[in-house]
Amino acid sequence: MKPTQFDYVRPDSLDEALSALAETDDAKVLAGGQSLVPALNMRLLRPSTLVDINRVPELDNVTRGSTSSLVVGARVRQSDPRLNAHLVLAAVLPHVGHTVTRNRGTVCGSIAHADTAAELPLALLACDGTAVVASARGRREISAEELFLGPYTTALARDELLVESVWPELREGDGFAFEEFAQRGGDYALCMVAARVRGTELRVVVGAVAPVPTVLTVDADSPGESAVAQVEPWGSVHGSPEYFRQLVRVLVDRTVVRAKEQAA
Amino acid sequence: MIAVDVIVNQRRYREEVEPRLLLSDFLRHRLGLTGTHVGCEHGVCGACTVRLDGAAVRSCLLLAAQVDGSEIVTVEGLAGGGALTPLQEAFHRHHALQCGFCTPGILIAAEDLLARDLPPTREQIVDMLSGQLCRCTGYTAIVDAIAEVAGA
Repeated sequence: MKPTQFDYVRPDSLDEALSALAETDDAKVLAGGQSLVPALNMRLLRPSTLVDINRVPELDNVTRGSTSSLVVGARVRQSDPRLNAHLVLAAVLPHVGHTVTRNRGTVCGSIAHADTAAELPLALLACDGTAVVASARGRREISAEELFLGPYTTALARDELLVESVWPELREGDGFAFEEFAQRGGDYALCMVAARVRGTELRVVVGAVAPVPTVLTVDADSPGESAVAQVEPWGSVHGSPEYFRQLVRVLVDRTVVRAKEQAA
Repeated sequence: MIAVDVIVNQRRYREEVEPRLLLSDFLRHRLGLTGTHVGCEHGVCGACTVRLDGAAVRSCLLLAAQVDGSEIVTVEGLAGGGALTPLQEAFHRHHALQCGFCTPGILIAAEDLLARDLPPTREQIVDMLSGQLCRCTGYTAIVDAIAEVAGA
């Protein structure tokens, strides 16, 4: 299992990186490489060019946003201790891959990859977060609600780079819980749910059982049951559609109970 | 070809590589450091784990071109002067290996965990090992060995 041939570009500035993306039709961005390089090794992807952003100095930032939020640059690794300041990231990151893959994998890379069974896209949606994307043509923001279009598919244009993800903080009195069912620790989720309680508002997001992370409108009195009615899991080698519906039912109930307990 | 100037186990190497050459193959085939093992080549088994600039990483998920200017430690670089490290001693004492294929990666990954601010709990050791496949031992002896060094 070896990648096919490609050109390797290692820009030293964001402008250079964006020019490289603008100049090539099928370039891929190499950040942590924990999803991209397996796909290269298995030759599922055969890009003509890799643009390695690991030396772009502007992308290593973890800063406070103007509204109460944490802004995470494209090179920030999933193991970065600065991320633990954000309660949602701190809750979700231990489920992302393994100790060793988190040393290399990036927060923004996982979001741009948009695997429906990955935790970070779901977490960004649970927080009502935003992706900041840049290209040689300019810069724009895409809300998490509009970012994920399908499995491995985002609203980013071919020449755009996800430069930052913006993570709104929980507010005083909010409750938050995350639950995941996977066959082994660190495996992709078979089903995962995040719930946020804010006053009377209940925000529930499910992942791995829908093509993209999905916000559900759940009944506060029977959250699991009302959630099941809104998903159509496809089933897989790991279980039947009914098995996945049961996972949704149980995990939604659990997260809502825990989030309510946490809410003041 | 891409120029790679890298320090591996305290020795400096200057090589030219094709962009698609994986770090695991660079270490094994170019530098002859076959202690780094290659199992799955897609980041699942952990056998190829090496230390890159202080952090344990999968060498099959990095390009050799990416490590230009970096410092790497492989299993060959753990023990200085022929003496085993305390972790290697503990693996020996607890019979924490049988065929030994997974051991280099587990040693590097465990050293990473042991080097963090707080010593790991048994639960954290087990969680870390979810990323390092061993098909012989059943893991118990590996957890015991790492836990002994951690004082857990």
